Amino acid sequence: MSQTRLLSVLVENKPGVLNRVASMIRRRGFNIDSLSVGPTEDEAVSRMTIAVHVGRQQAEQATKQLAKLIDVISIDDITGLRSVAHELLLVRMHSPPEKRPEILEVVSIFRGRVVDVAASSLIIEITGSSEKVENFIELMRPYGIKELARSGAVALVRGDRARLSLADLGLNGEGGEESEPAPGLVRIGSVAANTMGDI
Amino acid sequence: MIGAGPRPATSATAPGDGAAAAAPRRITGAQILLESLIREGVDTIFGYPGGANLYVYRHLPSYPQLRHVLVRHEQGAAHAADGYARSRRGSVGVCFATSGPGALNLVTGLGTAFMDSVPVVAITGQVPVGAIGTDSFQESDVIGSTMSVVKHSYLLTRVEDIAPTVKEAFHVARSGRPGPVVIDFPKDLQAEVSEFNYPEGPVRLRSFPPTPEPDPAKLRRIAELIAQAKRPVILAGRGILIAQAEAELLELAHRAHIPVGWTLLGTGAFPLQDPLALQMVGFMGAGYTNKAVCDADVLMMIGMRCDDRVTTRLDSFAPRVEHLIHIDIDPAEIGKNVVPHVSVVADARAALRRLLPMVEPKREHEWLTQIDQWKEEHPVRYVKKPGVLQPQEVLEEMYARCRDEAIVVADVGLNQIWSALWFNYSKPGLFLNSGGLGTMGFAFPASMGVKLANPERTVFCVTGEGGFVMNMQEMATMVENRVDVKVIILNNASLGMVRQFQDDFYDGVRSQVDLTCTPDFVKLGEAFGMKALSTGRSEDVGPMLDEALAHRGPVLLNFDIDPDANVYPIVPLGKGMLDFVEVS
Ligand SMILES: Cc1ncc(C[n+]2csc(CCOP(=O)(O)OP(=O)(O)O)c2C)c(N)n1
Repeated sequence: MSQTRLLSVLVENKPGVLNRVASMIRRRGFNIDSLSVGPTEDEAVSRMTIAVHVGRQQAEQATKQLAKLIDVISIDDITGLRSVAHELLLVRMHSPPEKRPEILEVVSIFRGRVVDVAASSLIIEITGSSEKVENFIELMRPYGIKELARSGAVALVRGDRARLSLADLGLNGEGGEESEPAPGLVRIGSVAANTMGDI
Repeated sequence: MIGAGPRPATSATAPGDGAAAAAPRRITGAQILLESLIREGVDTIFGYPGGANLYVYRHLPSYPQLRHVLVRHEQGAAHAADGYARSRRGSVGVCFATSGPGALNLVTGLGTAFMDSVPVVAITGQVPVGAIGTDSFQESDVIGSTMSVVKHSYLLTRVEDIAPTVKEAFHVARSGRPGPVVIDFPKDLQAEVSEFNYPEGPVRLRSFPPTPEPDPAKLRRIAELIAQAKRPVILAGRGILIAQAEAELLELAHRAHIPVGWTLLGTGAFPLQDPLALQMVGFMGAGYTNKAVCDADVLMMIGMRCDDRVTTRLDSFAPRVEHLIHIDIDPAEIGKNVVPHVSVVADARAALRRLLPMVEPKREHEWLTQIDQWKEEHPVRYVKKPGVLQPQEVLEEMYARCRDEAIVVADVGLNQIWSALWFNYSKPGLFLNSGGLGTMGFAFPASMGVKLANPERTVFCVTGEGGFVMNMQEMATMVENRVDVKVIILNNASLGMVRQFQDDFYDGVRSQVDLTCTPDFVKLGEAFGMKALSTGRSEDVGPMLDEALAHRGPVLLNFDIDPDANVYPIVPLGKGMLDFVEVS
């Protein structure tokens, strides 16, 4: 049974890393639903949030193959964990003055914002889960969507503790106390602890 | 003339000696590369020059401790570096190519090394940093083109990165599960001058950990399972050879009396002459190995990927197994094709060394008797025909002259499987082939690397005539460097393995497999300056091999064999492990 799995991946911020990750996922025949990449609190490290559509065993393969890439520092399969996974939607709506109030009402229910106003159109910004974004798009369709841009999800797990603190990593593998990895988290170096189907 | 200019300020002695230690020396990027290679213990480079690596070649003659072998095609360089590394275990093979066409010619060789986990570092010239991306003359995206066939790759962009990158590249290539690494080296950096400081101490990368130690709890569990097993079997893969764990494997097998089979790439890891030896497993494996695997209750796979050539139809693989054990250094191999009950991620030798003291001596008489019976019922054999030379006759004579020490490099096709099935030593030995990618044309250039890495050992290259002509240009390199390889062409005047598949599985329609129009190999060899001999008669085989072995230098031996000789046993496509068809 396949489902969308959400992987939160820390990588070295080096040229070509995105290429390596995307190429590996393609080569192993996994389907990317969305992928977003951006900086973290440490400028040497980027975070990729990858939604892949795979079965459970394939997800394990995807994780292990990713772990083998030299520039990948950690992989966290946060599917099903209590996490915040948000997308950003920008949509240019056809909105003649008579329809505006209705549109703005929906925007306010979705806690969205109007970020640009023109004579007969608006640009609206919505953030939130993929479901929320989808629902909003459905509600907007009848009014006439002129243009739409949507990011992939970025995600963090809820709670006080960082899953993997970058400060702990240290540069070039130095420093950092070895704590038990959170379940689902593959910090490179503790991959061995994470094998499947064992007794 | 290259090398006629002023000598570089450096001597070839290790930097850091004497006066040099006081003030770091300022040398060009090209020299930094070459000195870094020396620091990594490199003594042989297989390469080919061109516009984008000429600064490197400008300085190469100043380093006589680096033997450069000028191949005649870059694919040959990659395979030779591969053969070098496979046969001198622990070392890394090195090849050079220029940008664009030179680098792209390496790709098949890198893919071959990647599939078989061979540590190779390829250094490719690249257009100047500022010209990258402009489609300048002989520019190609080497990093992009090689991405899926290398373990890692580096594009150098600053002269001060050269030494640390070389150090890291060698570390990555040889550590953990080994593999090829590319360093793309722009031309302007080769000429730029900088201080040379080779980084001290081990490389530590937060994203590339040292190989984990085997988990003792899991090893104890494995020892228990061995103790309880009624029908245990071990399958050995190339991981045993890479880890140099042959002695440990023998000890384990002998202590608990476990029969040992192997994959194509694991051939040589366990001696065929040992009473506990099975044979190769799988698609073209021995019937008795497949029977043993299918009846085993505890199956232990060590250092192997368990690909489709091993399992045949997946659901037919080891159906009675109650405890499947998988030991491999690469966590991604665990559960990829078959899901084990117990897995250990570790170097095979480390795992076996720790496991051995936990294993109690034992012997399952009934099981061993059963295995011996299967051995009798399903021998690996061939049928002699009067007046037509069988390939196995040649191989039997060749192996009789190997004295347990020769390294045998096989190409791809029928010749490869025959060579593997007839490999017959009383102790572990080296049998090398492109088992993963199945690259025709591998064996001949690879055997050149093997011989240069092992000058004291006899090296045989066994190949079909199809594969041989794919890289036969390397005859010039062999002759020039007097590389003493005995090349055995098993000439069946066709693309034999494809011909057999067409005969057996594609309605018997022979299509584009006829190679009767191949050259006269004696004349061809002689044209390159190589001693060359040919026969199609059984009685000539032994004397011809003796003559070849008595000759110092490369020899080309053409054997015209039965054009209809096939590989048996074979599991028909889509069938299961026990559906093997034997010679009739
Ligand atoms: C580069 C490459 N091209 C095509 C193939 C497919 N292939 C596998 S075996 C084979 C026939 C090999 O013929 P030959 O070298 O004469 O050896 P034989 O099987 O006759 O021993 C071919 C074409 C391959 N493995 N490698």
